[in-house]
Amino acid sequence: MNESSPILNISIFGVFVLITLFVVIRASRNTKTAADYLAAGRAFTGPQNGIAIAGDYLSAASFLGIAGAIALNGYDGFLYSIGFLVAWLIALLLVAELLRNTGKYTMGDVLSFRMRQRPVRAAAATSTMAVSFFYLLAQMAGAGGLVALLLGITGAGGQALVIAVVGALMIAYVLIGGMKGTTWVQIIKAVLLIAGAGIMTVWVLGKYGFNLSSLLGAAVDAAPKAGEKLLGPGLQYGKTGTSKLDFLSLALALVLGTAGLPHILMRFYTVPTAKEARRSVVWAIWLIGIFYLFTLVLGYGAGALVGPDKINAAPGKANSAAPLLALELGGPILLGLIAAVAFATILAVVAGLTITASASFAHDIYANIIKKGKEEDKDSEVKVARLTAIVIGLVSIGGGIIANGQNIAFLVALAFAVAASANLPTILYSLFWKRFNTSGALWSIYGGLVVTITLIILSPAVSGSPTSMFKNADFALFPLSNPGIVSIPVAFLLGYVGTILSKDKADPTKQAEMEVRSLTGAGAEKATAH
Amino acid sequence: MSSVDHTPSESAPDAQQWVDVQASDDFIELKHRLRKFVFPVTGLFLAWYLLYVLLADYAHGFMSTKVFGNINVGLIFGLLQFVSTFVITTLYVRHANKNLDPLAEKLRGEIEGDGK
Repeated sequence: MNESSPILNISIFGVFVLITLFVVIRASRNTKTAADYLAAGRAFTGPQNGIAIAGDYLSAASFLGIAGAIALNGYDGFLYSIGFLVAWLIALLLVAELLRNTGKYTMGDVLSFRMRQRPVRAAAATSTMAVSFFYLLAQMAGAGGLVALLLGITGAGGQALVIAVVGALMIAYVLIGGMKGTTWVQIIKAVLLIAGAGIMTVWVLGKYGFNLSSLLGAAVDAAPKAGEKLLGPGLQYGKTGTSKLDFLSLALALVLGTAGLPHILMRFYTVPTAKEARRSVVWAIWLIGIFYLFTLVLGYGAGALVGPDKINAAPGKANSAAPLLALELGGPILLGLIAAVAFATILAVVAGLTITASASFAHDIYANIIKKGKEEDKDSEVKVARLTAIVIGLVSIGGGIIANGQNIAFLVALAFAVAASANLPTILYSLFWKRFNTSGALWSIYGGLVVTITLIILSPAVSGSPTSMFKNADFALFPLSNPGIVSIPVAFLLGYVGTILSKDKADPTKQAEMEVRSLTGAGAEKATAH
Repeated sequence: MSSVDHTPSESAPDAQQWVDVQASDDFIELKHRLRKFVFPVTGLFLAWYLLYVLLADYAHGFMSTKVFGNINVGLIFGLLQFVSTFVITTLYVRHANKNLDPLAEKLRGEIEGDGK
């Protein structure tokens, strides 16, 4: 049965790398200016960018993680995907178009638009880099577990080597291709991922006569321990009052975090107009929604056809559900394809995060704070972005190797919680609240960041329980692993209080300019012509 | 005091023009049409999502009630969240294309035409 062939898996992945490298090199030929490097010349169409957004968003966590969570915990796994999807409505209705109209390369452009430039940009860059780093670390460390599963490499040294190779490839993509190359990698990966999941979905449904009810029944039969409970909520989060509250907190962070993720926000600058930004979100919503419907079938399919015992016994536990299902359905070749797609997923997501963090450093900190705007759009801005990408790449390789094997699931929760607490309130206030001012922005960003990180450090995810990062210490003063239910309202409140208490007045002319530009697109950055 | 930090594109309108446009009837109408749609709809879908999460979190019995075959209330509720997301997306695009874009384009033309 276990006929997984590491050589086949590596070869298929190698083909993916060669094809994408070729595309990246071709795409980079026209990359000259900062707008080319950091925003792909703003020349992607809405549908292209929408596919790339889906590629950026559907990380290994959502493909392997959600399918696995459904296979083992049933309905509770499905709950995740709903939060991840509904969140896009905030991006569509409140953020995407207005952001495209007012910014250039980074979230900091929008947040600092009508505020004092240097402090607000510094704050925006800090939270951008914090979110990107947590997210990056989670992906890189996850790569270790995936390697064990797919390539049969179980030694720490071998896994470290693979993490280093993934990191080196990611640096190459970002350095050579910039935003344009990275976008193409996302597009290729998204198409492979969604097509692969789609084929497996039809295959699984076909085995049950295209009857969802029979599939669910088979999943229940294959899981004698969970039984009928697999179909209703509560298996994972329903045990105690605290775990229920924890789930509520997670649900809030998921739905409010997406529209504050800097690597998603940056994608809106790669299209020529706000209308195209809208079209990209619409495409992303449909693709992501359909994909999560696939994972529902894949998760229960893995439960029914592979069975929870076998999934739990595999090296990656829940994460191995989708690959094991591929093996069960289509043998080693399908497994190889799905494994390559999973790898490509990690690679593409880390590349997207790296370019976001390096853009924020180059644009917000170097060009606008250190050089006070004099270096904006000069070659040196691109040079700094490239250098930063190398540094971030090396740091994340190191961090990934150290964090390998740790329980890092909380890092993604942390990234979403920081995005929802430190970023979203400030974005919404700057776009919709006239009085909002510099101190409000600083209070909300730094306050949201500090509260979220402090609560995570004091949570059971870090200490005091058998699944914690530090099992032997106990400083878990805060009972929840997800801080959102506290940190999000606190950050909104801080933004309000900081504004009200400050003697600074909002600049009414700047506010007029921002509001008119955000709604009409007048003076917005145009596509560069090549 | 005034903005040296920002260099908007080529034909940058001056500060006074932004203030004038902001006070114009067309702009107030555009802002009203946008907010009249996005604020209530955001409230609505967040409430609908929260209702779903609370039911899934605290009403296990209700959500596990079978409706037909192995399909239970929870699954239908979950799938309805997908449906509502797709529906709101479609409605917003229709609203934006019909009611927002023409007015935004008109205003943009007026602003950008002026400086040249």
